[in-house]
Amino acid sequence: MADSGDPEGAGPKDGIVQAKNEGREMTKEEKQRLRKEKKQQKKSKEKKDDKGSQDGGKEKKQSSSDPPSAQPTTHTNTQKAPSAVPAPVPVPAPETAAPADKPAKSKGELKAERRARQEAERASKQGKKGDGGQQAATGKPKAPPSELQPVVKRLPEHVQVDNPEVLRKLAKKLERQQIPLRSDYGYKVSLFSHLHQYSRKAPLTQQLGIPSTVIHPVIVRLGLQYSQGIVAGSNARSVALLHAFKQVIRDYTTPPNEELSRDLVNKLKPYISFLNQCRPLSASMGNAIKYIKKEISNIPSQCKEEEAKRKLLNCIECYINEKIVLAAKAIAKYSIEKISDGDVILVYGCSSLVNHILCEAFEKDRKFRVIVVDSRPRLEGREALRRLVQRGISCTYVLISAVSYILPEVSKVFLGAHALLANGYVMSRVGTSQIALVAKTFNVPVLVCCETYKFCERVQTDSFVSNELDDPDDLIVTRKGKTQLEHWQEVPLLGLLNLVYDVTPPDFVDLVITDLGMIPCTSVPVVLRVKNVDQ
Amino acid sequence: MELQAVLMAAGGGSRMTDLTYNTPKPMLPVGNKPLMWYPLNLLERVGFEEVIVITTKEVQKMMTTDPKMKLDVKMKLDVVCIQEDGDMGTADALRHIHQKIKTDILVVSCDLITDVALHEVVDLFRAHNATLAMLMSKAHEFTETVPGQKGKKKTAEQRDFVGVDQSGKRLLFMANEADLEDGLSIRKSIMRKHPRMLIKTGLVDAHLYCLKKAVVDFLADNKSISSIRGELVPYMVRKQFSKSTTNQTIKDDAEEHNEKKNEGSTNHELIISSRDESLIQLAQERSCWNDHRGDMSEAYHGGKLRCYVHIMDQGLCYRVNTLAAYIDANRLAPKLFDEPAVHPSAVISERCQMGSDSIFGALCQVAEKTSIKRSTIGNSTTVKEKVKVTNSIIMHGVTIEEGCNIQGSVICSNAVIGRGADLKYCLVGNGQRIEPGAERTNEVIVGTDQLMEI
Repeated sequence: MADSGDPEGAGPKDGIVQAKNEGREMTKEEKQRLRKEKKQQKKSKEKKDDKGSQDGGKEKKQSSSDPPSAQPTTHTNTQKAPSAVPAPVPVPAPETAAPADKPAKSKGELKAERRARQEAERASKQGKKGDGGQQAATGKPKAPPSELQPVVKRLPEHVQVDNPEVLRKLAKKLERQQIPLRSDYGYKVSLFSHLHQYSRKAPLTQQLGIPSTVIHPVIVRLGLQYSQGIVAGSNARSVALLHAFKQVIRDYTTPPNEELSRDLVNKLKPYISFLNQCRPLSASMGNAIKYIKKEISNIPSQCKEEEAKRKLLNCIECYINEKIVLAAKAIAKYSIEKISDGDVILVYGCSSLVNHILCEAFEKDRKFRVIVVDSRPRLEGREALRRLVQRGISCTYVLISAVSYILPEVSKVFLGAHALLANGYVMSRVGTSQIALVAKTFNVPVLVCCETYKFCERVQTDSFVSNELDDPDDLIVTRKGKTQLEHWQEVPLLGLLNLVYDVTPPDFVDLVITDLGMIPCTSVPVVLRVKNVDQ
Repeated sequence: MELQAVLMAAGGGSRMTDLTYNTPKPMLPVGNKPLMWYPLNLLERVGFEEVIVITTKEVQKMMTTDPKMKLDVKMKLDVVCIQEDGDMGTADALRHIHQKIKTDILVVSCDLITDVALHEVVDLFRAHNATLAMLMSKAHEFTETVPGQKGKKKTAEQRDFVGVDQSGKRLLFMANEADLEDGLSIRKSIMRKHPRMLIKTGLVDAHLYCLKKAVVDFLADNKSISSIRGELVPYMVRKQFSKSTTNQTIKDDAEEHNEKKNEGSTNHELIISSRDESLIQLAQERSCWNDHRGDMSEAYHGGKLRCYVHIMDQGLCYRVNTLAAYIDANRLAPKLFDEPAVHPSAVISERCQMGSDSIFGALCQVAEKTSIKRSTIGNSTTVKEKVKVTNSIIMHGVTIEEGCNIQGSVICSNAVIGRGADLKYCLVGNGQRIEPGAERTNEVIVGTDQLMEI
């Protein structure tokens, strides 16, 4: 960023003023500086307006209202904490008004301004040192450091469904990519009206042509399998996605005058939008896509197409092997140390990793029994039950409503995760946080098993902000020939809510077993940082 | 490419010879459009751009001259001609075009008139990675009186027994009454895997199949199968549960291709495999989904060969292979489209009483004091004064002289109905002349050369 300190700022400013007055052609630099000044003025004006309404609002970056060019030198950490520094704020305020009437100023006044600004800077620096502890990793996308206004938080589209602007943008983007827009279904509970809610009976393929030409058939098949739930579970979805991408890469030919590294990434974008429309992407899928895009962009331009394709296919194979298959083996190895003979282990739902661990432990002749907790409407526990019983593990099956009755028997709780967030929260199937809470009350250790490729840089402290709404008709059940909720849409004040995920705070989780070892929940940001450095 | 469409238009219409002895079945007019236009329109609406049409030379000639086909069908038609002798079954035809088939295929019969949402069938094919996906519909009773039928309608033709699983999508059992000598027997292995099976008999097979390419390759090697519906489909449905397909080992795709080439003898098996089989397996293992519950087996019971069926309960689905079906189709098919009932080039006098559900073809001339109700008038037909036509189908180029009364009949192309004739529930063959003043009821009037030789 511009390291030009203030001293420079004043000089050229004079020059600009001079040039304006003399009607001279401004040089390029002068024009740039002029533009910058104008931006500052706008921001300062806005800041003044906001100050009136917001009083010490935590969200506002109360960084010193110095001109943007000076700020980067003071702020090293762009992930700001609301370090409110009230003292220097009023001082620069009248100053920010000053640049507005720049042309009328004299040289002396400008110098005074500069000095005052520098004072403010210094004061804010000191204030900042005091508030150093307030650096919470917000995880929001980097706000530009030149902040004289509230942070423009760029929220992802999928949590802004009730904003018609965002919907329009999405519709335009999909139209450009020639992908049909899936429309929401049914009445949404008001607390979750910012999320999409689709019906399984209205698949996206209704609006696609047969045979699909815009979207590769393998991707169409994958999208269908996602939306119908045939491929469900974080690992399965990622593996299926990578498999589909392998097919796409195999069938891909570089058009003339295009580079593979850029064109292939552009080809993948509409496919990813399509899959997102079929079912919102999971964190693991997001990481896999990031990895692939990076690999593709890193292909040197002189590489021949065949070789490039081979390399990419190889990369995908390695990724799956390392991050999923071998990671599962490593996690199983660590977990087996934690399972002792005579244990009663509680699992929830159907986590492929947890099932794998239990099967491995059973093969290594550990003596334990399992309690499978299940919940409606998915009833995934039945599938977990089947897999465990097939191996010969003795199991008990309860529904989640009985968890507090069964917990006194339990010695450990093993939970799978959909994603691990950067603030240590565990995002998993809805009901997991309940289990963790009850287990904590009973002082039963809770161990979460999660591969590192599911770690994501998002931060969430509640399950409302970002979640997934499944088809509300899944909640309708027919017992003894009667379907009570059959006409739920006609009851005006009734809404059916079928949440898919929830977040568990790190206080309830005792240990996270990853392929890097066994770490406490709060070490997740460390892992993320190390991963980023590696890559 | 995902799917290639194949239209089977070489059928002879063996169950309605009175209509088809001069006009081949694919070109019979239904609602003034040739019969094969309907499946082609369905494919075009859904998004196909190319269709392979398997037909006879005669039909190909007629196709090129027919105005509707030329103008309305925008897809590229790749016409493959085969001999007309009728010995070639549908599977034989597929074998014939084996070289053109590069991906999975969608086989449609030319006599299918339907408004099904095709994505329902294809979605089953895609989502479950099925080997076969087909369309069936609840059979409708034919309400119209069929000309030339003497006595009661024949009691049930050979019924089809279709067994589906609880969800109603997976095809477990298919047999025709003719093949079941002693009774319906179901293998224990099927019952063990699918303890709840629904057996339906009132279904009509729409002859719309999505087949994997491996099936076409299999057909190419197995010359004994000649009909898709009669032999291939029951064979595949049975093969779902045979031991050899459930215990397929996963081989590397490169190896497998080499082995297939070297061992020619093993090609009699229907081998379903794909590249990266191990990845698909991994994804399926890690997925917490199962298509059934209650037993210890994994999804699909580990079987690779899967057959699915989509059963339509609402909507139109007709197979025009009998006279009754033809008449019903003529009644209902025009409702599928919003086209105007009267063709712009038809010349209809003002004093003609037209019913709202009558259709008039191009260049037809209807004189005054006529009454046309619930009928279809073909292209270039001439209807003179004081004619009363009710509930009938008049094909192209027919001339109806004054004072005729035609009720519930089918008049084929180029026929001439003499003055004052009274026809009730008759079928007048191609080019026939009805003498003036004739009174016929419930007769089939065809020329002597069309009578079967004994």
